[in-house]
Amino acid sequence: MAAVDSILGAPEPDDHRVVHGGRAARNQRHQLLPVLHAIQDRRGWVSRGALEYACRRLSIPPAEAYGVVSFYARFASEPHGEVAVHVCDDIVCGLAGVTVPDGARRVPCLGLCDHAPATLTERFGMVYEAVQTSHAAARYPGSRLLRRIDVVDPDSIDSYREHGGFAALKNAREMGPAAVIRAVTESGLLGRGGAAFPTGRKWQSVADQPVRPHYIVCNADESEPGTFKDRVLLEGDPFAVVEGMAIAAYATGSEKGFVYVRDEYPLARARMARAIAQARDKGFLDFDVEVRRGAGAYICGEETALFNSIEGKRGEPRNKPPFPVQAGLFGKPTLPNNVETLVNVLDILNGEFADSRLFCVSGQVLRPGVYEVAMGTPLRALIELAGGVPPGRMLQAVLLGGAAGSFLTPAQIDVPLSFDGVRAIGATLGSGAVMVFDDTADMRQVLLRIARFFRDESCGQCVPCRVGTRRQEEILDRMLGTNGDSRADVMLLSDIAQAMRDASICGLGQTAANAIASGLTQLRVLNG
Amino acid sequence: MAELVSITIDGHGVDMAQGSTILEACRFLDIDTPTLCQLDNLTPVNVCRACVVELEGSRVLVPACSRQVEPGMQIQTDTPRVRHSRRLVLELLASSVDMTLTSGQVQGWMQRYQAAPTRFGKVATVAKPVKVDNELYVRDYSRCILCYKCVEACGADAQNTFAIGVAGRGFDAHISTEFEVGLPDSACVYCGNCIGVCPTGALMFKSEYDMRAAGTWDESRQAVTETVCPYCGVGCMLELRVQDNSIVRVTSPLDHSVTSGHLCVKGRFGFEFVQKRGPRG
Repeated sequence: MAAVDSILGAPEPDDHRVVHGGRAARNQRHQLLPVLHAIQDRRGWVSRGALEYACRRLSIPPAEAYGVVSFYARFASEPHGEVAVHVCDDIVCGLAGVTVPDGARRVPCLGLCDHAPATLTERFGMVYEAVQTSHAAARYPGSRLLRRIDVVDPDSIDSYREHGGFAALKNAREMGPAAVIRAVTESGLLGRGGAAFPTGRKWQSVADQPVRPHYIVCNADESEPGTFKDRVLLEGDPFAVVEGMAIAAYATGSEKGFVYVRDEYPLARARMARAIAQARDKGFLDFDVEVRRGAGAYICGEETALFNSIEGKRGEPRNKPPFPVQAGLFGKPTLPNNVETLVNVLDILNGEFADSRLFCVSGQVLRPGVYEVAMGTPLRALIELAGGVPPGRMLQAVLLGGAAGSFLTPAQIDVPLSFDGVRAIGATLGSGAVMVFDDTADMRQVLLRIARFFRDESCGQCVPCRVGTRRQEEILDRMLGTNGDSRADVMLLSDIAQAMRDASICGLGQTAANAIASGLTQLRVLNG
Repeated sequence: MAELVSITIDGHGVDMAQGSTILEACRFLDIDTPTLCQLDNLTPVNVCRACVVELEGSRVLVPACSRQVEPGMQIQTDTPRVRHSRRLVLELLASSVDMTLTSGQVQGWMQRYQAAPTRFGKVATVAKPVKVDNELYVRDYSRCILCYKCVEACGADAQNTFAIGVAGRGFDAHISTEFEVGLPDSACVYCGNCIGVCPTGALMFKSEYDMRAAGTWDESRQAVTETVCPYCGVGCMLELRVQDNSIVRVTSPLDHSVTSGHLCVKGRFGFEFVQKRGPRG
């Protein structure tokens, strides 16, 4: 109860002449996830009694709230010890030969692929603690987007200002909203979350909406396996993200902002919260913004699922149209932008923008990490920047674009890293994940991990994805084993893939077969 | 009068009122469109994806049940892509769920799209024991296709009781009360509106369930008697399904202006007094 009250404030005194709940309580529905986190952080699980108290305070039916608890991987509805150890055995950490000790839980990608194998340890109690695998910030000399990483103090706004911080916001306010949007449009910036939508056009659409309020949401739910660039930005340069949001809010007339940070990034979350508080104290923010915590669901990186999650619901994507710019968070016009996209905006307004982007190189390379290269740089050069495969080994394959991306063979790695360049060979840049496999990697295991990932992370709402991802894993499993008629199974997989691509509600289902389909044609994994 | 929107479906032009769905336009043109999660008295959730159609200019197929008509839409309902997705949706469902008690209409769609659910081989199903925890109705989630209809009928679309919701995620998603408690411990008020909307027989009158188990359920011996509920003054229309002079199931027509297909516990289950006579017969 104390945990719930810490979020919602003390309850009204019992007075049976007064009706509690009603609209005032229902309007707080969006506090459900913060409340569940408060309970989980203190006890390690969400008991029936705790959930029912939360439901009474928020006027939510318990059956519905249980649906929310059981949707998110991070919430437990069984009693739990005071420590929880999460061990990643996803694509990259799997390559690093991870073993999951007794009592630990295996979890999908923790976004620490440059420090594989990765773990996250939670200690529940009055003082909740979450510790990631140690990952010291690296210096990135010569990089535009990463130039302040390990240079500024991420906990000090003064340090950020000494390095040119908030100059872009000042410029923006001198230019006026329309000119800001024009500058962003003319820069040609495309969204860096994976869908590559023109940022300026999105801003304009929100600014044009007569309905109020407008919301801005910074999508920091980076969960695509092999992607960790946003984590590096959030941890090392949080004030830049805050400044980017402030500019976006100013340009689009947004009254309220949310930063939705995945639960697996406790350090990023803490630093963002501190950065927002300091920026507010110093008077840089003229809109309200708060940090929201994910709860272990890849699907919440999908913008409409993310809105549902902020609203305190299951992270099930919505049908589009309506699009977020028309009716997004709380049914109002909403601007969802990725972390890297927002940081780029600073350089546009400071006249320092260049057409380069971040790539997360991981797997079997000597120096895994985040690299910034100009658009059009050959993939080979990027892999060489990361040190190439270990000495004595040969490159076997590259998975470009994360679990929803596609496999490239050594013969294809001269492809230029641009939207058109990779499209020409049927690939996608996605969120900038580049996973490198040398000749020692067991690609069957990699494909099976990808299939397992999508089966785990499907929200379960629509049939093609809910059953399709399950069938995909089952068929792949028997096909890559010793028995099974491969040819018939390849046909089955291709049939399922087409239905998932054509008929799923959201991008997860639509791309859940991409990597596996490309793996089966590009890699030698089939019998005979 | 609402503004009209002109669209083309399978080469036929049609003018629909603004706000209509593609599905309504298809029905207007007598184009048979498979639907599993759609019901006229519920908000579309568009999760089954059986009704998808091809819309010119759209990268993916769009759900006919919820997509509203826009001027100039060019729609195809019987292309190889549409047939493929409809077939796969039916196959994927039938490979994981017992669909033997679905309507003849659903069986017809399975045939029309040549759905062969067994072609996936030995695969996981959602089979689990039947939940019999009260005297009025049973829940057999081995038959559940997760169409969300019962959740909607229990919630804001009809009953506003919110006793059940969707729990879990992915292939493990299922309909549940809070913490999986039995119905007597939940908020359920036994209106039975979830049974009224269930398309697969997952939710069933206990009377029907017992008769099916005993092998005595025989729809050819059943007659339907229409009447008005005798309990209160609302005037709900009842359809009493009678076999061997016993009431075995009670429903109300979806298009009835008073009920929209929904009843309360008295109308749905309070019929035993008709059959149980006192000592003086």
